[in-house]
Amino acid sequence: MEPATATLPAPERAVGGRIFILRHSRAVRILHWVNFLTLAIMLMSGLQIFNAHPALYWGTSSDFPRPILSMGAMEDNQGHTWGVTTVGSHTFVTTGVLGWSKGSDGTYVERGFPTWATLPGPRWLAMGRAWHFFFAWILVLNGAVYVTLGILSGHLRRDLWPTRVDWQRLGHTLIEHLRLRFPRGDEARRYNGIQKLSYLFIVFVVAPLTVLTGLTMSPTMDAGWPWLLAIFDGRQSARSLHFICAMTLLAFFLVHIAMVVLSGLWNNLRSMITGRYAIDTTPTGTGRSTHE
Amino acid sequence: MSEIVSVRRRRLLLGLGAGAGTLLLGGCDRLSNLPQAQGVLGSAQWLTRAAQRTLVGRDALAPEYTRADIAPVFRANGTLDPENAHYQALAASGFKDWRLRIDGLVARPRELSLDDIRAMPAQTQITRHDCVEGWSCIGQWTGPMLRDVLARVVPKPQARYVMLFCADPMDGGSYYYESIDMRTAAHPQTLLAYELNGETLPIRYGAPLRLRLGRQLGYKMAKYVMHIQLVSSYRPFGRGNGGYWEDQGYAWYAGI
Repeated sequence: MEPATATLPAPERAVGGRIFILRHSRAVRILHWVNFLTLAIMLMSGLQIFNAHPALYWGTSSDFPRPILSMGAMEDNQGHTWGVTTVGSHTFVTTGVLGWSKGSDGTYVERGFPTWATLPGPRWLAMGRAWHFFFAWILVLNGAVYVTLGILSGHLRRDLWPTRVDWQRLGHTLIEHLRLRFPRGDEARRYNGIQKLSYLFIVFVVAPLTVLTGLTMSPTMDAGWPWLLAIFDGRQSARSLHFICAMTLLAFFLVHIAMVVLSGLWNNLRSMITGRYAIDTTPTGTGRSTHE
Repeated sequence: MSEIVSVRRRRLLLGLGAGAGTLLLGGCDRLSNLPQAQGVLGSAQWLTRAAQRTLVGRDALAPEYTRADIAPVFRANGTLDPENAHYQALAASGFKDWRLRIDGLVARPRELSLDDIRAMPAQTQITRHDCVEGWSCIGQWTGPMLRDVLARVVPKPQARYVMLFCADPMDGGSYYYESIDMRTAAHPQTLLAYELNGETLPIRYGAPLRLRLGRQLGYKMAKYVMHIQLVSSYRPFGRGNGGYWEDQGYAWYAGI
């Protein structure tokens, strides 16, 4: 059996049918929470920046009449205003959330994402950019430390690289997840195949793509690294892909939160704060790895 | 673990979670209004500039496009027609009395007419214009390189920035202005453009003369340029941040 982390805690203690293991190293715990705060700031300030021109295009430049996605307000012939989101040739009414929502003073205004989703809340592109480009450095630095430590400590290879058994059991694991039955006992000591692949996809595919599409929007970087424009098919495509990457990260975050709650909120939260993770060793159980 | 400890811990975690959320939503908004926080957040631009200077060569060129890529309608932004009687009078006579004054830290200050500038060797470049709002438009710009214009006035070694003062009045009685460093001024895609898409620069795009940069955002590219001054610091001008939009909180370094 593989240990879940590089350093196991002093002898595992069994308490009332449960044993506690050190699930996450101190470094991973700190990096996780820095990442959480930074990603939240990046997402919300990113939506503020998006709101300055709430439309996305494909290619090098903005074909204004033909966005691939746009948000705005429309007035009908009765003088009623609707929030409208257009994706390709499909139009959706999104009043109250996208296109037309309550501003910071309580009256409705035309804006892409609503005030509760943006940083700062009111329309303020200059500060949105200031937040975004400050925390971009923190995010990249945090990610670089995570990957470097992950390689040096063996965390990535040991805990995140799928084993042959993980691949073989992938279908089974997926079905178990969909039935909301989560691993317990010894199986709960390690990440399962779906977890490993999700984390690797985020760390090694989505995160680098987010950074590279972000850099492609910089006119100076385009002069220095013109291949960025070639791989992403132009600056406006890169902007659209950056948005899609951000939405993918948001979707990962929402599923992550759902899984954390469903597979034992307090146990998971404790393990990411103190490192201690309880494993249920009683033969019967509800499928949850712990219940306090 | 006893029930009481568990409940206490639960409350602590809930409190921490709620606290973090409130901090993020409310705190960040409050921080956004704090000059000190604005200063700290804004300072990242100098790290970004240093990093981009390391990664991108001094004369690395922004991509140039073909005639087929030119936007059917180039979006005009900012001032579209300066509400300035002096400017309107100049425009009415086809800018024949317009003069570009170049002074400051130069050996030979002078004034150039539009004909003087048109007589200089010109570049024609089809480049992408990226607005800070997020959109891009491609246009063909014609005009002399700024470095050739500056060579005529012989910059002094102390000159570190090129200030551009414009004809368009902005809020609070000020006029649009901008500043770039000498490195940007010397870049071969830094032009003083008098033509867009082969035609005399229309007023909405900054007639008679506007700055064009290949590697920075649109707000740096001052329109309606009237006066160029070489200086050692941009601090004494406007509110001291180097430009009209910089004074409204935008970064001085607009390479990103």
